Amino acid sequence: MESMSAVLTTGETPFLGAYSMTQEKVRQEDKAPRENRMTVGVPFVDDARMTCRGVNVYYGEKHAINNVSIDVGRNEVLAMIGPSGCGKSTFLRCLNRMNDTVEGCRVEGDIQLDELNIYDKSVDVVPLRAQVGMVFQKPNPFPKSIYDNVAYGPKIHGLASSRAELDEVVESSLKKAGLWSEVSDRLDQPGTGLSGGQQQRLCIARAIAVRPEVILMDEPCSALDPIATATVEDLISELQEQYTIVIVTHNMQQAARVSQRTAYFHLGDLIEVGSTDRIFTNPRHRLTEDYITGRFG
Amino acid sequence: MQAEKRETTMDRVSKGLARRYRRERWFRLFGLSAIVTSVCFIALLFVSIGANGWSAFQQTEVLLDIHFDKEQFDVDNLSTANYGALVKNSMQALFPDVTGRSDKRELNKLVSSGASYVLQKMVIKDTGIIGSTKKIWLPADDEVDMFLKGYISRDVAESARRLNDKQIGWIDQLVAEGRLEKKFNTIFFTAGDSREPELAGIRGAVAGSLFTLAVTLLLSFPIGVATAVYLEEFAPRNRWTDLVEVNINNLAAVPSIVFGLLGLAVFLNVFGMPRSAPLVGGLVLTLMTLPTIIIASRASLKSVPPSIREAALGVGASKMQAITHHILPLAMPGMMTGTIIGMAQALGETAPLLMIGMVAFIVDVPHGVTDPATVLPVQIYLWADSPERAFVERTSAAIMVLLGFLISMNAIAVFLRRKFERRW
Repeated sequence: MESMSAVLTTGETPFLGAYSMTQEKVRQEDKAPRENRMTVGVPFVDDARMTCRGVNVYYGEKHAINNVSIDVGRNEVLAMIGPSGCGKSTFLRCLNRMNDTVEGCRVEGDIQLDELNIYDKSVDVVPLRAQVGMVFQKPNPFPKSIYDNVAYGPKIHGLASSRAELDEVVESSLKKAGLWSEVSDRLDQPGTGLSGGQQQRLCIARAIAVRPEVILMDEPCSALDPIATATVEDLISELQEQYTIVIVTHNMQQAARVSQRTAYFHLGDLIEVGSTDRIFTNPRHRLTEDYITGRFG
Repeated sequence: MQAEKRETTMDRVSKGLARRYRRERWFRLFGLSAIVTSVCFIALLFVSIGANGWSAFQQTEVLLDIHFDKEQFDVDNLSTANYGALVKNSMQALFPDVTGRSDKRELNKLVSSGASYVLQKMVIKDTGIIGSTKKIWLPADDEVDMFLKGYISRDVAESARRLNDKQIGWIDQLVAEGRLEKKFNTIFFTAGDSREPELAGIRGAVAGSLFTLAVTLLLSFPIGVATAVYLEEFAPRNRWTDLVEVNINNLAAVPSIVFGLLGLAVFLNVFGMPRSAPLVGGLVLTLMTLPTIIIASRASLKSVPPSIREAALGVGASKMQAITHHILPLAMPGMMTGTIIGMAQALGETAPLLMIGMVAFIVDVPHGVTDPATVLPVQIYLWADSPERAFVERTSAAIMVLLGFLISMNAIAVFLRRKFERRW
């Protein structure tokens, strides 16, 4: 394990270095074969916010994530794509230890946030989740008022010392989420009464109200109509200036639109990582190519 | 070819269609008849209880001119005066022609033996009335009451009825003079139990039931909810918690008398708690209702969508915060419904309370959880066992009161569920 991570942290890709260095179109016969399960491409960046090395996840006996190493860069949007059940959501949930709540789930390996291993015994999940916020697949506002939804995080973390300060946090969060103009006159209405897209933006506002460094998004648009999806995608691009975002998506166009880097997962393995442009135009692994060309998925 | 194939499919579908609809009709019919039957039985139950019991809310009273004779009273000891004599004297004054010793006794029997207690209370409350003469409505004897309500017939042979011809004559005379009337039975709601039906009331049993239920609620709700939260949110899933779960489900099905025996053995014999006390009754009923509350609470905790839990944890709430801020408020309506259903069950419970001595004949209205008391269903049981005709209607009346409590508790449960139910 140690020698492994030592190799990995050199910054070089562990396998097929030739492919990763090449900028021109990779010839079909030079692509990594389908049997290959080592990561192709450049999983590491120089200025990483989160670094993951040799991450394995087990659900009881089931090996859900197999030896994944990847970096999440500062102020970038990293998209994770892959067919259903490939482990991308599982991996995402490792990044703020949401998997702790799953019975029988075991995480091995090293995941660091700003050089601190988040799975270390000394790390408390409560401040960690304040640093690494999460937006879920289905909009899940609390059955409370819009105001209380956004104010809940700052309240429990003691981020606002007065009511006025709290009002300010709520307002700025809703503004960042692009929801302020739509709800400013009905903050006391229940958040569950909003439309699907508004609910999801409310959930994003709730996540950014605690001023996280990283926001994890688990298929945030899968329950939304195309117009609401477009709004949320615009929002993601805006948020990128301040936050690091990791987004899991089924929608490849979405990944292409919002992300700078893309990681392709397949059956628990991280198959290929690279700049989004490159992945979609010039995949270096046959599985990636199969997926983005719609051969399966 | 294509058209032919299509036709056969449609034919087959329509052939089966009639049968499918017929089945549906039959099912609906069965359901409807089941509901109509049960509604009929409930109506029958209510009508029979109502028909038997409504007359208990009236009590025959007799208007007497009581002269509070100064010589009868010792100012220092008002409670020992001969109040019975006051009643007898005034009856004597109404019927001066009754002279024989046994006739006099028969005459005096028309007024309840409790009349003297009414006078005693009046005098103790206001000593100023000593020396004056007052017209006072006093409870008549239960046989007179039954006669006026038509339960004792004149046509029966004298030997076969509880009132002889002379007594009926006196009653007729009193009715003619307007001195014998049916009035609202306040005694039934203000008195404790009594051997005399006309003096028996449900106040003691209601107070006993309320004290018992208060103890039950105060213990079982917090313990039940805490247990459910622990088992559902904190406890690991392993063989031990499976065993606990199976046992809780089993306890819900244990006959209540077993809990009574347990209470007798533990609370009375080991801890030496007082017999017949609502405290012990409440403890026993707590044991009995806990499984119900725990099961209902766990079910309502389970029904809170996991997305709410994730949302709370996702913004960095601790587990306890997620539970107290989000999960418990959402689960509360279900928990309260379960608790009220458990309480209604406890209110109607008799068997375990027999074991711990709450079946005793207790005249005094209890004033605390350690006073000897009985409860409504036990009171019904005791009255149903009594031979006097007047207790029959009181039994039904007590059942009506108990049903009233149960219906209002269930109505509260429905109301709470509607009020606090939230949608997401």
